[in-house]
Amino acid sequence: MIFQEPMTSLNPVFTIGNQIVEGILLHQDVDKHEARERAVEVLGAVGISSPRQRVNEYPHQLSGGMRQRAMIAMALSCNPSLLIADEPTTALDVTIQAQVMDLMNALKRDFNAAIMFITHDLGVIASMADDVIVMYLGEIVESGSVRDIFHRPQHPYTQGLMSSIPSLRDTGKGRLQAIEGVVPTPFEVIKGCGFAPRCPHAMDQCHGRVPALSDVAPGHSAACFLLHDETEEKIR
Amino acid sequence: MTVSMGSEDYLLEVKNLRKHYPVRKGLLQRVVAHVKAVDDVDLFIKKGETLGLVGESGCGKTTAGRAILRLIEPTDGIVLFRSKRLSDDGSEQVIDVATATPEELTLLRRDMQIIFQDPYSSLNPRMTIGEIVGEPLKVQGVAKGSEREARVLELLRAVGLDIDHVKRYPHEFSGGQRQRIGIARALALNPKLIVADEPVSALDVSIQAQVINLLQELQEKFGLTYLFIAHDLAVVKHISNRVAVMYLGKIVELAETDELFSNPKHPYTEALMSAVPVPDPDFKQERILLEGDVPSPVDPPSGCYFHPRCKYATDVCRTETPQYRHLGDEHFVSCHRADELTLKAIRTK
Repeated sequence: MIFQEPMTSLNPVFTIGNQIVEGILLHQDVDKHEARERAVEVLGAVGISSPRQRVNEYPHQLSGGMRQRAMIAMALSCNPSLLIADEPTTALDVTIQAQVMDLMNALKRDFNAAIMFITHDLGVIASMADDVIVMYLGEIVESGSVRDIFHRPQHPYTQGLMSSIPSLRDTGKGRLQAIEGVVPTPFEVIKGCGFAPRCPHAMDQCHGRVPALSDVAPGHSAACFLLHDETEEKIR
Repeated sequence: MTVSMGSEDYLLEVKNLRKHYPVRKGLLQRVVAHVKAVDDVDLFIKKGETLGLVGESGCGKTTAGRAILRLIEPTDGIVLFRSKRLSDDGSEQVIDVATATPEELTLLRRDMQIIFQDPYSSLNPRMTIGEIVGEPLKVQGVAKGSEREARVLELLRAVGLDIDHVKRYPHEFSGGQRQRIGIARALALNPKLIVADEPVSALDVSIQAQVINLLQELQEKFGLTYLFIAHDLAVVKHISNRVAVMYLGKIVELAETDELFSNPKHPYTEALMSAVPVPDPDFKQERILLEGDVPSPVDPPSGCYFHPRCKYATDVCRTETPQYRHLGDEHFVSCHRADELTLKAIRTK
């Protein structure tokens, strides 16, 4: 697991070496010395320069990008086959974000790990993901390959998201197409489809029944009555 | 004293603006170094335009914005501002904000306002939104009683808030709505210039678009001029007429938006643009990876501040500080090799 904020998720009173070693000792049958060697090795693998020296440093001595690398090193130390990255680049500047994204792509290749990348940044998704799941109010509203989601979005929420972000490649000024309204709090009880109150295409039935997530094309599914008529039985 | 600006259509002109913070050490708290948060910034903003100011965290964008408004005292430099507030006959004058007296400054503040980054900490939780939006009117003594109430309702309507909510407290609103309250407060005195300091970076993407649209509508309606500070290049490109790129307290490049993005002249601008992920899976991006991190402004590198991370750096870059110079067509850059380099731009659709 890689967490969102590298500053708060590392313990400030232990060296990063200690924190990596802790995980290795818990999960692998090695002695302290070997674990330390392994820690130096993974720090080197995530591109930290002079890892033998860095291993003895405390989190506050590292920059934001380095801390995020140390976090990734910690997550990698036991050769996981699944890496869950919760907004790993959100707290970073774009130039550092580019470094971290590059690193994660390289690790995916070299360690043959699967990555679950949680983020709100559509640009990051377009350049990292193979498959995408779009969530709204705790429910999956659409899932498919990255090309399906970006070129053929089916759910009105996905379509809204795509048109509400400015891109560096856009020309012209114009207005952005914003999604009206606000994201409801999880405590609000919404009957029917969760997106219906903000949806420009909402129909009567959207306020009464919950659409099921079902296939709209091979490998591409969405939960919306505009696309199919399947209801999800659910107590709310 | 009468001063004049470079051109009649400038609203604001900043020359050699500096903000240095002393670093103290030891028993006697002697000053051992300075953090050069803002170092020799030159820029101008024309009436009715939006100037975008971009850069990575810690590069001095916010400090520059606040020093211009004199919310923090600049160490050095002049900030010329065109205003009618100080003359007896209502004619326009050019005033140096950096040396204005406290009384003059109070009057000038009616013309220059700020929208803060964090809509959660910039609103007093113990005041109703009516009191928050009405406070500038109270402080400046321009409206009271029912007149103030009417103006508050008018402002809430202008930013798209429900006027029935005037008695509610900030915690009852979502992030996007709170940012609207902050915008209404900034508009209360009919300002000419608004410094928008990362106004959308704390908001969800779907809400971001609403606030950006609102800022554009208000600009057209009230003829506002914006200094738009942000780290998100795509947002800045969308909203700005001209864009300034900052690195370690200095402006490294400034040009018209389309010119900057299609014909970057500084290697840092090139790298920054290439690092922004484009929301299109079929777009093959050639990322220019910058090595290392932004250096500390306490101890900046010699010569050009960018040279340790720049792949085009030569010997002259390591020893000599480049001049901030005009390349023509209002394109300014500080790079020794700006004339000889051909840098990559973002391909548009």
